[in-house]
Amino acid sequence: MSPLSVEELASRIPDGSSVALPPDYSGCAMAVIRALLRRPARDLRLIGVPQLGLQADLLIGAGCVAEIEMAAISLGEHGLAPAFQRTWEQRRLVVRESTCPAIHAGLQAAEKGIPFIPLRGVLGSDLPAMRPDWKVIDNPFAEADPILLVSAIRPDVALFHAPLADRAGNVWIGVRRELMTMAHAAARCLVTVEAITGEDLLAEDRTAAGTIPGLYVEAVAEAPEGGRPVGLQGSYPPDRDWIGRYARKARSEDGFAAMLAEFLAA
Amino acid sequence: MTREETLLLIAEVARLLEGCRHVAVGALSPIPAAGALLARELAGGTMRVSILGSRRHSPFTEGGRELFDCAAQGRIDAFFLSGVQIDGAGNVNLLGLVAEGRVTRRFAGNFGAPYLAYLVPRLILFSSDHDPRRLVEKVDYVTAPGSGPPGVWRKGGPVALLTPRCRFAFRDGRFLLESLHPDQDLDEVRAQTGFTFDLAGRVAVTAPPPEEWRACILGPVREAMAEVYPLFATRLAG
Repeated sequence: MSPLSVEELASRIPDGSSVALPPDYSGCAMAVIRALLRRPARDLRLIGVPQLGLQADLLIGAGCVAEIEMAAISLGEHGLAPAFQRTWEQRRLVVRESTCPAIHAGLQAAEKGIPFIPLRGVLGSDLPAMRPDWKVIDNPFAEADPILLVSAIRPDVALFHAPLADRAGNVWIGVRRELMTMAHAAARCLVTVEAITGEDLLAEDRTAAGTIPGLYVEAVAEAPEGGRPVGLQGSYPPDRDWIGRYARKARSEDGFAAMLAEFLAA
Repeated sequence: MTREETLLLIAEVARLLEGCRHVAVGALSPIPAAGALLARELAGGTMRVSILGSRRHSPFTEGGRELFDCAAQGRIDAFFLSGVQIDGAGNVNLLGLVAEGRVTRRFAGNFGAPYLAYLVPRLILFSSDHDPRRLVEKVDYVTAPGSGPPGVWRKGGPVALLTPRCRFAFRDGRFLLESLHPDQDLDEVRAQTGFTFDLAGRVAVTAPPPEEWRACILGPVREAMAEVYPLFATRLAG
């Protein structure tokens, strides 16, 4: 597999795609987000696995997003996601409220190629009333045991950033196994990496266990420091000053535009 | 919140976790995370603590879903829930404020609460503010119910509610005031609480953390906190 450029990778995400994204601490392909913002992409449907952060907020603020599904959206310790909050208040995007395990379980159903999956809990919360696509059945293997069914989540694209890939398109993710689930569940998986190695990541058990086999990966682009400013665990930390400034400034339209310009210029 | 108040709350969290084998802490929960780390230090290696978002203080190797699967297997004894509203029946609202059937102000989202509330036996409710807007008679939206509903699989429920003013126990679907923090007044707590609660005889005063606990919080706990909650760790240093 020959690596693509970041721009080529972004061009493989058509407008209207559903795109599964990891949370800010799990490897975000910020270089591709930048390319999507420049295009600008339109009508994306983002799926937070299980929550969304800065990458979603930038896309939402720039008008690239029609719909999101997630358990939460925030900038973590820096507070609420400002562009999302403003867009939501103006009712300019559709929000499919969920809960972390329902997102994970829905992706696992897609991994297995089954249409739905049961999940404990949730009944008695007001959440199911917001999700008419979820069903409640009686556990067919027991008496009087109502249980929730959530539908499989099969994203068009899984998009993330990882430390390392090899020339066969195998991607080393280490302990970040939600990325593995995303890759299995999505129809297509697009990845940026810090570096591409000449070695075979599947050759040794030590790396193979934390590696997404290339069979799930459509394309890889090399993007050194491609996780900035949210950081990449084990490689470099989040740029807390930048994110903190974004959290404050992006509350206004003008402030958001200034931060977006800064992000695009980086 | 002053630094002293923060230290007191961290110590109270640790007390509420006594005897747990495995405590999990979710997103955006610095005081519960610090309290759990303190409890782990005090337990001398017999307690596991798993902090969401942490690389060093999380044992999971199967991705984001593992915490939830682990809870469903009965391997997590305690978890924390906070809310934009908590009501007198122990219901928690994380999502937002509702008027005329419509969410008018929303916060980050429901996170894992609608699930974990059913699968973790010891739920500790935590509120970083104690006023009638936060502690309400009835929540606008139920992220996780305090009890029931009847017939639905559930392993436990709320055992306590900790606030900057006091600690409540949760018994038979109602809160019982157990202790007032130093310099707090019962009438003021009543005025600042949107729900009615029970009293059992004389109300105790929450004991401040002993000196060795303080040293532990400001030492190893603060150091561990810096990974996931750097801003909080900096403030704790004073």
